Amino acid sequence: MNIRKLLCGAGVLGASALSATTAFAQAAATAASSAATAATSAATTAAAAVPALPAAAPLVNLAKITDSAKQAAFEATMINKGDTTWMLVSTVLVLMMSVPALALFYGGLVRTKNMLSVLMQVFMIISIGSLVWIFYGYSLAFSTNSIGALAPYVGGLSKAFLIGVTSSTTAATFSNNVYIPEYAYVVFQMTFAIITPALIVGSLADRVKFWPLMLFMVLWMTIVYFPIAHMVWYWAGPDFYYTTASSAAPDGGFLFNKGALDFAGGTVVHINAGIAGLVGCLYLGKRVGFGKEAMAPHSLTMTMIGASLLWVGWFGFNAGSNLEANGGAALAFINTFVATAAAAVSWAICDQVAHGKPSMLGAASGAVAGLVAITPASGYAGPIGSIVLGLLVSPLCFLFVTKVKNTFKYDDALDVFGVHCVGGIFGALMTGILVNPALGGAGIVDYSKFPAGTSAYVFSTQMISQIEAVLVTLVWSGLVSLALYFAVDKVFGLRPSEDAEREGLDITEHGERAYNY
Amino acid sequence: MKFIIAIIKPFKLDEVREALGALGVAGMTVSEVKGFGRQKGQTEIYRGAEYTTNMLPKIKIELAVSDELAPRVLETIQHTAGTESIGDGKIFVIDLASAMRIRTGETGDTAL
Repeated sequence: MNIRKLLCGAGVLGASALSATTAFAQAAATAASSAATAATSAATTAAAAVPALPAAAPLVNLAKITDSAKQAAFEATMINKGDTTWMLVSTVLVLMMSVPALALFYGGLVRTKNMLSVLMQVFMIISIGSLVWIFYGYSLAFSTNSIGALAPYVGGLSKAFLIGVTSSTTAATFSNNVYIPEYAYVVFQMTFAIITPALIVGSLADRVKFWPLMLFMVLWMTIVYFPIAHMVWYWAGPDFYYTTASSAAPDGGFLFNKGALDFAGGTVVHINAGIAGLVGCLYLGKRVGFGKEAMAPHSLTMTMIGASLLWVGWFGFNAGSNLEANGGAALAFINTFVATAAAAVSWAICDQVAHGKPSMLGAASGAVAGLVAITPASGYAGPIGSIVLGLLVSPLCFLFVTKVKNTFKYDDALDVFGVHCVGGIFGALMTGILVNPALGGAGIVDYSKFPAGTSAYVFSTQMISQIEAVLVTLVWSGLVSLALYFAVDKVFGLRPSEDAEREGLDITEHGERAYNY
Repeated sequence: MKFIIAIIKPFKLDEVREALGALGVAGMTVSEVKGFGRQKGQTEIYRGAEYTTNMLPKIKIELAVSDELAPRVLETIQHTAGTESIGDGKIFVIDLASAMRIRTGETGDTAL
């Protein structure tokens, strides 16, 4: 009697688990009935019989369905509320990373007279960038370019103004037959598209005019960010990619097709913004008084608040990039936690060794360096690998923001290059090592077949893909950024006058003081 | 009348104020200032950028006292504000031409 109840319960549990993973009603019904019959027949046989696993629902090969309306109908049944919820929550967390986290992190590091200028630049880049994303950014990053030769490098305008995107359309995840609402994907990716240009302002702090900077950012997003996002992240999804994977023109971005792994944006966000920042600080030149006058941070308290909110928000950045709420998201979550902790400790030790005192700015910078480095690796490495990554990235970034910067004397005011670019390059390369299952990594997924399988990890192949992604990003972003700085500067002027810079951008650009007491 | 300006270490303010109160000093003006003398600043390091701050925070006390009280005020300040280390501060004494209490219009020693 008890065993029959137990087995029936197991069957019901199995059936409900199946309905959760695929909302495809028919498959669930079949599974439920087969589980029920299995339970009944098991109960009637010997008491010690082990219950059979409920039959898995067969995956639907959407690529074989030629009627697009029917395809859409199938996809609509493959959305679940847990995944959707997680994506919306992650989006909120990543927005918080921009405002107020990044704004305060940077703001606390500049002098009082420029605090508002930093807050304003970040706040307005977020606002303007969001509109650009909706108008044409999402389309350029995540649609198919009708010109075949351009398709691997940038999308087209078929989804400009989100034409064709409705609350019923879907976006693919990394699992066969699992989808999320397309609006959720649009808004999640939007938060990435807007924080990347905002990162750049750190290199230009204290010496850039507001409206020309905004114009630069719109152009930069258009010509640099959207193509790089397309090259690294665009693909047809696991249910469709396999149909073209082995052909001459796989339906994916140029770097995606090469197998470059970038889970949440080591190349797309950090290396990209980092090199644009370096080029910008070299183009603009040093701040007035650099090297002679005191330019100490006016509020490391604000910087710590910003760094802490960055850490919390980054769980949305990395774990949300899994696109589903499952073990993969939990892996990215835990990696984000421990890599950051390790990096903060590591930087504090560097401070102690180099200067004899661990500093708050060092710990905060270490945490951010760890977050940057784990970004591309978050869904691929294991937790111990992530800890090693965190321990190693801090001394490297520490070296760049101290020795290297002081040797070459470039005025990267808030160390966007030293932390984001260098940390991002390190993370991107380490991803190629840490994804190895022998090191606790998640291994490589083979999307060239349906259903997706696993590929053997080959160190040299993977590292070559990673290096290619890093180099393409550095070259494209570096060169185009330089051209854009030059163009905007010649037409509108990027740098304020020396007097304006001395007085402070808050007054000269925004007519306000940050603090009145 | 004498106008006394004393630059002291900030944490000494409460002690000095109490001791002067015991002497019968009725009031003073206190401001937060920065400065240096023989006490060298400290080096602060912000992510590789070193700054030597030679301006150290101090407290400036200004008070007007009668000629009779002045020597005892100087002595009191020197004893309470001193820590026998460099950076204890300095006291300056200026001859005060006149003083007036705004509320009543009194002048001279009665205004102090």
